[in-house]
Amino acid sequence: MPDIAYEQARHGSSIGQPLTRRDGFLKVTGGATYAADNRPEGLLHAVVAVSRIARGRVTHLDVAAAKAHPGVVEVMTGANAPRLAQDPDAKDNPFMFRLDLLQNDRVRYAHQPIAVVIAQTLEAATEGAELLAPRYEVDPPRIGLDAEAPQAPEVVGAGDKAVAARGDVEAGLAQAERTVETTYETPAQYHNALEPHAIVAQWDGDRLIVDTPSQGLAMAKMRLAGLFGLDPKKILIRSPFLGGGFGSKGSLSGPQVLGVMAAKLVGAPVKLVLRREQMFGPVGHRAETRQTLRLGTDASGALTALDHHTLTATSRYDDFYEPASAISRYLYAAPAVSTRHSGVRVDTGTPLFMRAPGEASGSVALEGAVDEMAEACGLDPLEFRLRNYAESEPISGRPFSSKALRECYAQGAARFGWDKRAKQPRSMRDTAGRLIGYGMGTALFPALMMQAEARAEIRADGTGTVALGAHDMGQGAWTALAQIAADGLGIDLDQLDFQSGTSDLPNAGIAGGSAHTATAGSAIHSAAASVLAQLAELATNDARSPLYGAGNAGVYARGGRLVRRDDEGRSEAFSEILNRAGRAAISAQGQGAADPASREAYAMHAHGAVFAEVSVDPDLGQIRVTRLVGAFAAGRIVNPRLVESQYYGGMIWGVSFALHENAVVDPRSGRVMNANLGEYHVPVNADVPSIEAILVEEHDPHVNPLGIKGVGEIGITGTAGAIANAVYHATGIRVRKTPITLDRLLG
Amino acid sequence: MNRFDYVRAGSVAEAVAAAAEPGAAYLAAGTNLLDLMKGGLTRPGRLVDVTHLPGLDRIEHLPDGGVRIGALVRNSDLAYDAGFAKAHPAVAEALLSGASAQLRNAATVAGNLLQRTRCPYFYDPASACNKRDPGAGCDARGGETRLHAVLGWSEHCIATHPSDFCVPLVSLDAVLEIEGRAGAREVPLEALYRLPDDRPDRETVLEPGDLIVALRLPPQAAAFAGHSRYLKVRDRTSYAFAVVSVAASLRLDGGGIGEARIALGGVALKPWRARAAEAVLAGAEPSEANFRAAADAALTDARPSGDNAFKIELARRLIVRTLARAAAGTPDRMPALPASAFSGDALHA
Repeated sequence: MPDIAYEQARHGSSIGQPLTRRDGFLKVTGGATYAADNRPEGLLHAVVAVSRIARGRVTHLDVAAAKAHPGVVEVMTGANAPRLAQDPDAKDNPFMFRLDLLQNDRVRYAHQPIAVVIAQTLEAATEGAELLAPRYEVDPPRIGLDAEAPQAPEVVGAGDKAVAARGDVEAGLAQAERTVETTYETPAQYHNALEPHAIVAQWDGDRLIVDTPSQGLAMAKMRLAGLFGLDPKKILIRSPFLGGGFGSKGSLSGPQVLGVMAAKLVGAPVKLVLRREQMFGPVGHRAETRQTLRLGTDASGALTALDHHTLTATSRYDDFYEPASAISRYLYAAPAVSTRHSGVRVDTGTPLFMRAPGEASGSVALEGAVDEMAEACGLDPLEFRLRNYAESEPISGRPFSSKALRECYAQGAARFGWDKRAKQPRSMRDTAGRLIGYGMGTALFPALMMQAEARAEIRADGTGTVALGAHDMGQGAWTALAQIAADGLGIDLDQLDFQSGTSDLPNAGIAGGSAHTATAGSAIHSAAASVLAQLAELATNDARSPLYGAGNAGVYARGGRLVRRDDEGRSEAFSEILNRAGRAAISAQGQGAADPASREAYAMHAHGAVFAEVSVDPDLGQIRVTRLVGAFAAGRIVNPRLVESQYYGGMIWGVSFALHENAVVDPRSGRVMNANLGEYHVPVNADVPSIEAILVEEHDPHVNPLGIKGVGEIGITGTAGAIANAVYHATGIRVRKTPITLDRLLG
Repeated sequence: MNRFDYVRAGSVAEAVAAAAEPGAAYLAAGTNLLDLMKGGLTRPGRLVDVTHLPGLDRIEHLPDGGVRIGALVRNSDLAYDAGFAKAHPAVAEALLSGASAQLRNAATVAGNLLQRTRCPYFYDPASACNKRDPGAGCDARGGETRLHAVLGWSEHCIATHPSDFCVPLVSLDAVLEIEGRAGAREVPLEALYRLPDDRPDRETVLEPGDLIVALRLPPQAAAFAGHSRYLKVRDRTSYAFAVVSVAASLRLDGGGIGEARIALGGVALKPWRARAAEAVLAGAEPSEANFRAAADAALTDARPSGDNAFKIELARRLIVRTLARAAAGTPDRMPALPASAFSGDALHA
């Protein structure tokens, strides 16, 4: 934990404090309203019918049977679905994903929506959907990374270059003392936010009100405006709370739009909630990868070359390539680095951003390959990483805006007791005789900035408002952004009216890329600074004010007062300044965005080091992660309690990635065979007996005015690899495919 | 139309009469049945709610030393009954290793016995399944088969029975008390289940209307209390079905094994009593070599039904381990992680 007194003195009274969630009480008492909790007058219920086949055409739906079922109001199919103002396959930007909206009879993946039944009750709609008894013309699906010859995409992820390189990798490998070539595989994974994609849609003439979880309110509004030919001003989206997003609620999904279409078709408010198994298809996933790394080192263990190639899969109708090789552009120093991607097209829903997209999958492979090379060099894995510590970004050559990774390594290793690691694999045991393994991984996530706007106001009664359409996915935006807002305005948190979570507020951008607090926070900071500048101008130009003559730079705000910097005994309350000036309020807009000059000059990333201890039964192969210690440096910490929570969540996802998550697709049908939370495993409490996150102090003067880097995704990176490496250290068996399951360790 | 009658039975006789109709099903906690109904996998025309039947929620310690467990006793109530857990520690350990605390608090013991397989193809209405639709075929064959059967399977069905509770019960000769149209009868638990053969839809020997009212452990079962364990290998530490599980109970006689009881879970469409293994151990020393011989005997007929050959070797090792734990003696307290490889027990006795 950082020194709170220091943080307060430096930044203000709120930032740096480990406040509990302001919405926590509402959530634990059921008072927080999630999308599906809304029940407007006259509400009808919609249920999606999804395809059992992965490719082909729907040739028949028994609409008459469904409509005959008591309570069923309407069945929306390709025959009667509202026509749209925009082709749902249009793609104006990489974030605009193609949607299946009943505009034709074609099936592009299993669990694609093929009809929507609208009824007076959920039960009637559910039964109506069953009665549709679809018939299909089936084409054999193409599934898996070997489905076709790989293609070379130009871009991966959200517009990153598919290929980036520096130096001559082949030459670097040729001159190397040692080389390692190794291939890692990761499976398809599904976001599985606890709250399914849900929507309550109401039309009032050409006005549309929508309750739905969104990580990108403004983008969702523009998507709806385009699809329905509406003036965006006529659309209101309310998304005060999300039950998790993880990227799957970043862009509006097809089923959410179907809810709006259904409401339009029947002329009544409609609620549509996906069932758990229906989330395995139309709302995105993390695509499988097969990654081959080639590393060369000289006699000292310094990398001479690093080549990271990723083969991944996208859908046959849209582009999203998991950018798994990208992490090798940022992490380890090597004179020659090559990062490449290729892809195949398969009959699944389009993959999407899923918590640490690219970095998570890439980190498992890179950290595994580095562990293999460290062993080949006879070096401790931490020592190997220190010898290959990047002092500048490997491919771009830019200096880092800040990088406290050495401190992360040191603090994490000390806390974990890394020095007790035996050099030889399969040489540590606990008192019961179980194999013990220590493994580590480096964590990294880019410190991105999106674009956001905010509005701030100070009123004559001394209270303030900050408003922006920000997104609380559970990460704590309601709290962290409010802390920034209170400090920005120089008022106590209880004097602040913080408004967020609806699309009629200023556009706060996207809660993604671990950039929401930094971006929306910067917008708030900027808006609040404008308010205070106006306030200071009023006071310092007014001879009746004790601040008269101090000049704008000569005051700061604290506790609802402006204070002279050169004489803290002279101050004046906001209310006095405004009342004397006859002003009811002062307000201003602010923007948050990347500063192009500093982005050009510096590479910006959060870093961390994760250490894992695993216990493996030598005979039965069963694995348990008995300890996890992560040390992370991510610039300024707005709320250490929430940040620890983000690191925990990320690290637990690392456990999940290493040992559990695996969407089992039957290649014959293209269906996910474990599309439920009983069989699609994520860790339970007993899988995480001990977890610690160390917040390593880091000050970054370049990343943004607040010095904030993101914390939401970095915890997965490093962790999954650390666990895989620990399993190797425990057993001497290198499993290069996640999830690592017990059958692979039976020997 | 998804309509069904709902009958709340006031007496066992009333329940039996109501459930004897074709398409009727008993409803207790419904932790499995309701999921199946919601998925459209089973559509009973009538639900006969037995949760209000009087007298079926009692655990009775019988004068002869046996125990009689009412069909409606909740899984957790039985596991936490101190007298029961002391006399039948492997059964309590198995119960506490199953499902989640919430499910154990709801689920009844008779319902546990009758839960359906977790084969994903059974749960996927678009897949062919001989169990759901006799003669349709089995899409599990050639599909995802990592967790499927290695004993007693047929080309028609390679599913497994998911219960933990059943495994020690079968090893300890549990008997079911059944009320049916022809009156009361008793059936050994082991005889309740049918192997799939060519009719995997016929899962048990129960006739329409048959109601399990109690299960009984004979007095001899408690003779194993000092050396009785259940061990369950699973893909996560808790809340997962068994990859393979073993119940092992020993009655030590001087330095040797007077009698051994062994059953396996997760390997077949029924809890698998390993009598050949028991025979190997009768009169033998409790040594690792003998445990290995028993394990080999138990798996003699095993063969993979797909990509699951590892389960055969795993089952062998698990038998050896569980026998070693049993030989070391039942711990005084239930382990914090019941039936777990990480329970705190030493790996080798």
